[in-house]
Amino acid sequence: MFAAAVIVFRESLEAALIISIMLAATRGIDERGKWVGGGVLLGLAGAGVVAASMGAIADMADGMGQELFNVGILVIAVGMLAWHNIWMSSHGKELAQHISNTARAVTDGSRERSVILVVIALAVLREGSETVLFLYSVATSGESGMRDTLLGGGLGLGAGALIGGLLYAGLLRVPLRWFFAVTGVLVLLLAANMASQAARLLIQADLLPSLGAPVWDTSNVLAQNTLAGTLLHSLIGYEAQPAGMQVLTYVLVLVTIATGMRWVSRQAAQKKAAA
Amino acid sequence: MKKHLALAVLTLAALHAHAAADEFTLTIKNHTFEPKEIKLPANQKIKLKVVNQDATPAEFESKPLNREKVIAGKTTAVINLGPLKPGRYPFVEEFHETEAGAQGTIVVE
Repeated sequence: MFAAAVIVFRESLEAALIISIMLAATRGIDERGKWVGGGVLLGLAGAGVVAASMGAIADMADGMGQELFNVGILVIAVGMLAWHNIWMSSHGKELAQHISNTARAVTDGSRERSVILVVIALAVLREGSETVLFLYSVATSGESGMRDTLLGGGLGLGAGALIGGLLYAGLLRVPLRWFFAVTGVLVLLLAANMASQAARLLIQADLLPSLGAPVWDTSNVLAQNTLAGTLLHSLIGYEAQPAGMQVLTYVLVLVTIATGMRWVSRQAAQKKAAA
Repeated sequence: MKKHLALAVLTLAALHAHAAADEFTLTIKNHTFEPKEIKLPANQKIKLKVVNQDATPAEFESKPLNREKVIAGKTTAVINLGPLKPGRYPFVEEFHETEAGAQGTIVVE
């Protein structure tokens, strides 16, 4: 039961943190709760399908199907997060005013809603499919049996959701003036983190060189399977033994999105000055 | 001339064999790795075949090797490794990570 709780906690924590960050980052968008819920349900359904066809997926691309499938998911999510952040850098003020009820509803929130849906669905799908396979493997083979496994899994899921909820509650205490700047940084780090995971999978598929594996080893200082290590991994992409290519990808994506954000916000400021 | 050609073909074949990654096999049966310790050569690319003989899915995971791969029941997965420095690299079958049989070590020398 304990083993099930630990593994399910690890997987659900990552998804829960992504959901919390997205929920906070899209504050002020009408009906976003519905879209978040839809994303979770869609992701769960997808997780079931992916888990059931894991063998077939793995056989694709000369046995590298699993790696490439996950790279695809991560790349879509990174693109969505980048788009969200760049859009926010020109609409963040508008949204903040909307929340404090001094302005009308944000004009163009519809594309933003599809970002919520897709990013959350993909996060739940990725973490969920592995959890489904694990629960299936343990429930049918372990000595602990079905009931204990599900009980442990439930506890793990609850703990993951609790930490996600705490992060969200904490974010809501950030003053509105700073709020979207803070969520913007979190989304930026999330995107860089996912890009680094995609790079790791491409190295595993032997499609990218590792450029030093690992470039550093801090597993003695902060191992990745500790609670703090897992939290830092989910939030900022911390890895105890990363490949050089991962670090390079992380920095590249971070700088690219940040540059896009700065450019768009400067354009918006100029437009305002001209008007 | 023919002799030269044959020699060239042989040389090319030898070069190719050298460039292709060496294959090693690891088996999972009853959630237990066999062998539990596997020796791999240093400084070259390696294809590690992990055969899952169980009907249930397994996950090969090694943080030191930066590798993680789900292996469906009754299937074989290929995990690309290296070039690796000499040393000991623990790995685990994550779905049963608390069981003793689910732990293994790659020894690179």
